[in-house]
This record gives sequence, structure tokens and C-alpha cells, in this order.
Amino acid sequence: MTDMARLIEPLIPSLRRYARALLRDRSAADDLVQDGLERAVSRWHQRRQDGDARSWLFAIVHNLAANRLRQAARRGPHLPLEAAGEAAPGLAPAQEAGLRHRDLLRALAGLPEEQRSVLLLVSVEDLSYAEAARVLGVPIGTVMSRLARGRERLRLAMDGAAGAAHLRRIK
Amino acid sequence: MSGRPITEDDLHGLVDLALDAARQAEVEAWLAAHPAEAARVEAYRRQRAALREALAPVASEPVPPELNLARLLERRWPARPLPWRAAAAAVLLLGLGGAGGWWLRDAARPETRGLAALAQQAADSYAVYAPDRQRPVELRAASQAELVSWMSDRLGRRITVPDLSAAGYRLMGGRLVPTPQGPAALFMYDDDRGSRLVLLARTMPAQDDTPMSGRSRGGMESFTWAAGGAGYSLVGAIAPTALHPLADEVRRQMAGRSLREPV
Repeated sequence: MTDMARLIEPLIPSLRRYARALLRDRSAADDLVQDGLERAVSRWHQRRQDGDARSWLFAIVHNLAANRLRQAARRGPHLPLEAAGEAAPGLAPAQEAGLRHRDLLRALAGLPEEQRSVLLLVSVEDLSYAEAARVLGVPIGTVMSRLARGRERLRLAMDGAAGAAHLRRIK
Repeated sequence: MSGRPITEDDLHGLVDLALDAARQAEVEAWLAAHPAEAARVEAYRRQRAALREALAPVASEPVPPELNLARLLERRWPARPLPWRAAAAAVLLLGLGGAGGWWLRDAARPETRGLAALAQQAADSYAVYAPDRQRPVELRAASQAELVSWMSDRLGRRITVPDLSAAGYRLMGGRLVPTPQGPAALFMYDDDRGSRLVLLARTMPAQDDTPMSGRSRGGMESFTWAAGGAGYSLVGAIAPTALHPLADEVRRQMAGRSLREPV
């Protein structure tokens, strides 16, 4: 058990960050992480001994988040998530950098879930491509193509937003 | 220079610091001659840095108490509250037990014969073992060969373990379960959402092949059948429409692998 705590505990802040970035809702994300931790604790003995704890935990949280997003998508346009993302403390401090971050996270939220996950796991959580592939249960090639598409799409979205902001200013 | 062409993957590898030094030098040299691509890579680098910066505050927040691992571990083994109906029934039976309970004896008496008995034993096993977070199975799937030889030995018949992984259910392991008719083999499966299934199988030499029949009891669904001198009952807390195809799959895999076959 101490072994389990030693491996799981340091990952909790990253798991919260990943869940929050995907769900854009603080309490929904924390509930999800709690659910994930309970699963991890109860299934600790079932994890593959050769697999690393980090990929395993991210996979549990990722699957829970993906299910939740699919449910939300089935329920139609999800205004609450959008609103919560802006209200979520810690995601958007009200400074100029904060506004830029808010635009970026909003553009990120516009990406398909599969591209967003890869972008977050690789760019923010520092998972290797192989680890991200294990978390998502897809081949590395798929991780690479999602990463390429996600980055390009986010770049174009931010360029578009910057262009629009510029237009507003000169009008 | 390796002479390998520069790929899109290399550009991302550069952004994510995933290239070895030699390849990194090659990619940088190539970018020096391709300013448009260099600008795109630079934009990806800025994007990566901005994402990290935007999300960093979340990871440095204090972890809320409900995510405190020590508390989660403490809460791990509470007695599960009985569903109110079961609790009410228990109170009723206890109340009636002393006085006029004898006339309920038929209702409370377990099924003793045939597939009804097997279905009941499977449901009882599910109720006891499936909620167990600590030791749901005696022998884990990792030791499948040992599991198979142990059960084959104890049942006196060759045992095969159905594979439900195509339906998303992984074998967790198994155990022996005592029944009035002798030992039964229990296999437990679970899926990514933690939903568990129990398959109970034992030899039933006197039982003719019998088509599948479904039963419901206290939130549990089961499908039970007999084939080749053995009875099988698959139990889960999922909709009968979801459980039925799984039972069909078990039956398909067990067909032709008679438990009657000696070891």
C-alpha cells in the first residue's frame, strides 16, 4: 500500500490538470479524478507489473473523461462547460496573459477530443509518444498524426483569433 | 548526416525535445534552409510553451481533501449499504422468523436441483465475490495455466476459460466454489468501467442439453444453460440485452469443449 501511495500521490496534480483541461470544469474534473483514483486503488493489483504507473493512471482518467465528454456531446450543445471554463479559478486569471490563455484554451476546446488529448498528454504532461500511445490505446503513428493535426489546427485557430482581434482594434 | 529525409514526425520531435542530438542537428540544418517550415515549428514551440503556462496553475493548486489518497484508502472498505429493499426484506424475515416463519420455508428454501440451483449458486457467488475489492478471485488471470490445471484437477474434467476480451471484458481470475453438487469453477471478468461478470460452471452429468434461460434477482441478471454434461451460468449487474450476447459467446466458445471430457 505504501508502494501504491508513493507511486500514485505525486501524479495527482498532473491528473487534475489533465482532467480540467479536457472537461473545463473544476468540480467535474476533480470528481472524475477522484473516481479514477478509487479505481486505481481498487485495481492496483490488477495492473500489469511491467507497465508504468503513470501511463496506467492517465489511461484510467482519460477513459473516464472521454466517456463523460461523449455523454455530454450526446446531450447536445454544452453551454455549462463553456461557462464553467471561464469561471474556473486557476484557468483564467484576469490579466492580459490570462486573456491570452483563455483564448488559447477556448481554441483548444474547439479541437476534436482525440487531438486535444494527444496535445495535452505530449505538450503539457510530458508523456513520451509511446506513453501517450499506451494511454490512448492507439499505435504511435496515430499519436503522431493526431498531434500534427491538432497543433496545426490550434495554430490556425489562434492566428484567426489574433487576426480578428487586430481587426477589432483598427475598426 | 544520415541522409534520411526529414519528416513531419521529426518536426514534432524537435518541438517536444524527443530527438537524439544527431537527428536534432539534421532537422535544424534542414529548417535553416526552409524558412516557412521553420516559422511553423517556431509557432508550435510557442504554442507548447503557452499551453504549459496556461495550465501550470492547476497543477500547483493545493490538492483538495476529497483527492487525498490516505482518505481514499481509509474509505475503501466500508460496509456497502444494503439496498433498502434487501434491508427491508431482511428485517421482515427476521421479524417473521421467530413466530410464523415456518410457512415461508418454501419461499426461502434454496433451489436444490437442476439449472435453477446452478443459477442460484451463480447469483450467490456474484453477490459475495463481485463487490470484493480486495480479493475477488483466488487465483489471478496472470497465472492462467495454473488456474486451468487447478480447476481441471478439482473438477476432474478439462476446463477451458472463455475469452470475452473482444467484448471488452478481461479475465480477472477465478476460484473454486463449493456447492451441494460438488466443486464449481468460478471465473470473473471486468471491463474498463469496472463492471464485473461471474461465470459459474460445474459438471451436471444427468442434465440434458438445455437452452439458455434468463433470470433476474436483486439487480443481478443471469443466463443459464447446460451443454455436454455441464451447466453454465453467467451473472452480471448489466442489462439482460447486454448480457445475453456475452452468454451466447461463452456458449459458442464452450461448444465442443465438453466438460465431460476427462483430463
